[in-house]
Amino acid sequence: MGKTNLNTFRNQPDEAGRFGIHGGRFVAETLMPLILNVEKAYKEASADKSFQREMYYYQKHYIGRPSPLYFAERMTAHFGGAKLYLKRDELNHTGAHKINNVLGQALLAKRMGKTKIIAETGAGQHGVATATACALFNMECEVFMGAEDVERQKPNVDRMRLLGAKIHPVTSGTGTLKDAMNEALRYWVTNAETHFYIIGTAAGPHPYPQMVRDFQSVIGTEAREQILEAEGRLPDALVACIGGGSNAIGLFYPFLDDTDVAIYGVEAAGKGLSSGLHAASLTGGTPGILHGNRTYLLQNDDGQIIDAHSISAGLDYPGIGPEHSWLHDIGRVNYVSATDEEALVAFQLCARFEGIIPALEPSHALAYLSTVIGDMDSDDIVILNMCGRGDKDLGAVLPVLEKLGRM
Amino acid sequence: MAGRIDTAFAKAKAENRGSLGVFITAGDPDAATTEALLDGLVDAGVDFIELGMPFSDPMADGPAIQAASLRALQGGMTLTATLEIARNFRQRHPDMPLVLMGYYNPIYIYGNDRFIADSVAAGVDGLIIVDLPPEEDTELCIPARDAGLNVVRLITPTSHDQRLPAILAQASGFVYYVSVTGITGMASAAATSIADAYRRIRKQTDLPIVTGFGIRTPEQAAESARLSDGAVVGSAVVDIIADGVANPASPDAAENRAVIVRKVVAFVGELSAAIRA
Repeated sequence: MGKTNLNTFRNQPDEAGRFGIHGGRFVAETLMPLILNVEKAYKEASADKSFQREMYYYQKHYIGRPSPLYFAERMTAHFGGAKLYLKRDELNHTGAHKINNVLGQALLAKRMGKTKIIAETGAGQHGVATATACALFNMECEVFMGAEDVERQKPNVDRMRLLGAKIHPVTSGTGTLKDAMNEALRYWVTNAETHFYIIGTAAGPHPYPQMVRDFQSVIGTEAREQILEAEGRLPDALVACIGGGSNAIGLFYPFLDDTDVAIYGVEAAGKGLSSGLHAASLTGGTPGILHGNRTYLLQNDDGQIIDAHSISAGLDYPGIGPEHSWLHDIGRVNYVSATDEEALVAFQLCARFEGIIPALEPSHALAYLSTVIGDMDSDDIVILNMCGRGDKDLGAVLPVLEKLGRM
Repeated sequence: MAGRIDTAFAKAKAENRGSLGVFITAGDPDAATTEALLDGLVDAGVDFIELGMPFSDPMADGPAIQAASLRALQGGMTLTATLEIARNFRQRHPDMPLVLMGYYNPIYIYGNDRFIADSVAAGVDGLIIVDLPPEEDTELCIPARDAGLNVVRLITPTSHDQRLPAILAQASGFVYYVSVTGITGMASAAATSIADAYRRIRKQTDLPIVTGFGIRTPEQAAESARLSDGAVVGSAVVDIIADGVANPASPDAAENRAVIVRKVVAFVGELSAAIRA
């Protein structure tokens, strides 16, 4: 059981992988020995300076870290409230934060002697990042992707193929991200001895939520140093979008014990929370068990999982990482939401005011922020995680903006 | 106190043969068909029945059993209705062992204590919860065992010897050897690997060891039952149901149901004859 040391929010999970009641290792016996192996290997790697040096090398020379912390002057003036800084993880190689985690896990797989990699992907960003790392380290790569997403995200499918990955379109269940994850887990069960599964978000069985958080925490660690350098003090608020929640936990984690920093996680409200067509597991879900962990889920009264809906394929997931569920339960982070339409408005606004085309995912974070930032003091400072760029979304966004008469 | 499962395995052993278990999903495609199928399985000579509790995201199951879950859920099946099927079955069949098999989430949402109490009251004998490894025993498996339900454990080719004591610590009724590293309904395991696994597990437990996953024919069932203490057949039976739903023999629902049940009973009769041969 998770014991909460009241002096810190940074001591989870416990030995059993629990964040409060959330997390854990709810997997079939076939996977259990593998997960214990990953846990052991990760513990050893975390304590190994040479592993950390290798990570740092690739972060700096391959991903292009540190990513800038950029003062968004025109949007700040437009909103007329707090100063807005963007943590520019969209400038990473492959165009999103996903590569931070993938490189860490790929190096771990390499260390464990595994040369065959599997991954699930929704929007394709995690798939592209995984295919990229596999090309870099000469590993075989197989990516599971919902059949509908294969259609919606053709440019990313082509990128993965070019990088040498094999794509498995998933038609089982409802053919979305959750089914891609089911299918990747099934494939892993079947090829347990030879393959390493690179999970793309801070969810799944222990140690994945912890491991992904640790690999993504480079975002928050850098942002903390950068804002101290730029402003001489910590920010008043952090904002990030949440699907599974890996970019958000990466930004939040290094700030969790700075209790004067307000933290906002923005879920996808789809067509609106009351429509039932959304992906807001914390705001609209209840705790349950899926994909190896206990966490908030969209589900019915009988414990059957309900499909998520979001214009953003990357947020279109009925669960959320277990650490977010815990931070929600204890109230350290405020979880809010933004609709498809609000995200589209923010998408366009950011492009026009800053010359930055954001991914639909961080557009949700910006959409929520736009409703509160104007009321903040002009001395206040906000950091928003610009976790991905929007090139991949043009096909989905442009027809809608044209239909709304906004182009 | 010897439960129904212990008694059934002892009886098969006395007849010098392995046991036969069959898996079907509750509510596939509706409750009435399931009730009729359960009666048919008893008539066809099975030794125990595994009744699947449908779940939207069955991550250890292959396409056949996933599809069965979806058919059941589309037909309105719930965990409450599954327990109702079990309760009705027990009234008709006082001795046939009935094991519920499924995933943790629907139980967690139903409420662990309430689920255990209702299962005991319905006359359920045991539970196989695929996504509760021994590391997650405290919430459901230990209270279920304390309430008198058998906790049937899955052992897989990846469960190494050092892990077996932890897996077997709370096991009762029988242990289920998953003979392939994979999901349900895949290719069957080689005889030598089953025999090796049987010897390896037998060193650490006296419980009956049954083999499952990938057993599709009477010959395979007979061989698995000979190499271990029993065989479980699931996907091959579920395929007959799927075919009967997809290609109805009659526009009349009751008549179509009767045809599905007849076909399943004929197939299970062959399995049953093969393990007795």
